[in-house]
Amino acid sequence: MSQSLSSNSHSGSIVAPVAIPISALVPWAIFTIVLSLLLLYFVGAEQGATSLISGHEVHEFVHDGRHLLGFPCH
Amino acid sequence: MAGRLLTRGMIAGVVAAFLAFLFARIFGEPQVNLAIAFESAKDLAAGEPPEAELVSRGVQASFGLLTAAVMYGAAYGGIFATVFAFAYGRVGRFSPRALSALLAAAAFVVFVLVPDLKYPPNPPAVGLPGTINLRTETYFGMILLSLCAAVASFMTGRPLVRRLGAWNGTLVSIVMFIALIAAVQSGMPDINEVPTDLPATVLWRFREAALGMQIVLWATIGLIFGPMAGRILDEQAGRTGSAMEKL
Repeated sequence: MSQSLSSNSHSGSIVAPVAIPISALVPWAIFTIVLSLLLLYFVGAEQGATSLISGHEVHEFVHDGRHLLGFPCH
Repeated sequence: MAGRLLTRGMIAGVVAAFLAFLFARIFGEPQVNLAIAFESAKDLAAGEPPEAELVSRGVQASFGLLTAAVMYGAAYGGIFATVFAFAYGRVGRFSPRALSALLAAAAFVVFVLVPDLKYPPNPPAVGLPGTINLRTETYFGMILLSLCAAVASFMTGRPLVRRLGAWNGTLVSIVMFIALIAAVQSGMPDINEVPTDLPATVLWRFREAALGMQIVLWATIGLIFGPMAGRILDEQAGRTGSAMEKL
């Protein structure tokens, strides 16, 4: 029922989108943002301006991606 | 349900990253190689020994590039789905597909286009090692300020939409975003470290490829996340609906 209403744009009635409660979102949102920022740090900045792991292997491995994704490099 | 939506965002980001990788591999890598050749030729002329290869060029251009793209795609896919989950049902009355496409376009402008206008992507051979700290701070700072300007314009725009209507309210909000970005970018330090003898076409083609890679990534996220989110939201609405019928 809901499937046919919301996926069929030709029908006259439009189901109003129901928001997801904030309390249900916050824990997941925090988890996702922290994980995402960690990933972006390793692609974009590790062994450049700052280093958590010594050496240059991480930097060199993601080197081309770092340049093409627009991060500062070298 | 929030968890499922956010996982779908990351999946959409990873799928998008594979397409972006293909694009970058075809259009970006030739320019990266030209820039590296330029750099090596200069080093040779200056009598400097060639740089030791920790990771071979072949690995950098294949698994390295793919890994970077997948990590980047998963990260932004997750952030994108988070924003979508908050916006759905709260911002306008958009269907999941329409909201996903609109948000992806906005995210591309805020996270990629605006920062790149001030600090464009550069191929190897561009950039002084001594300024890496300044360049990293200004680049990530620019992304943060772009996000702040977007949030400020959005918050200002919401009451305006109610007063002036959706079209005019949104236009005022966009103009405000552009004005904020213009002010911020004219205040941030300029960085120009492009060697004068680097061929202009290499730089231009490289930047075209970098921007193209991002367009492929964000367009894919925006188009495939909508139907995925729609299915989850429909299931949820169906379950709530049948629960209410039982009551």
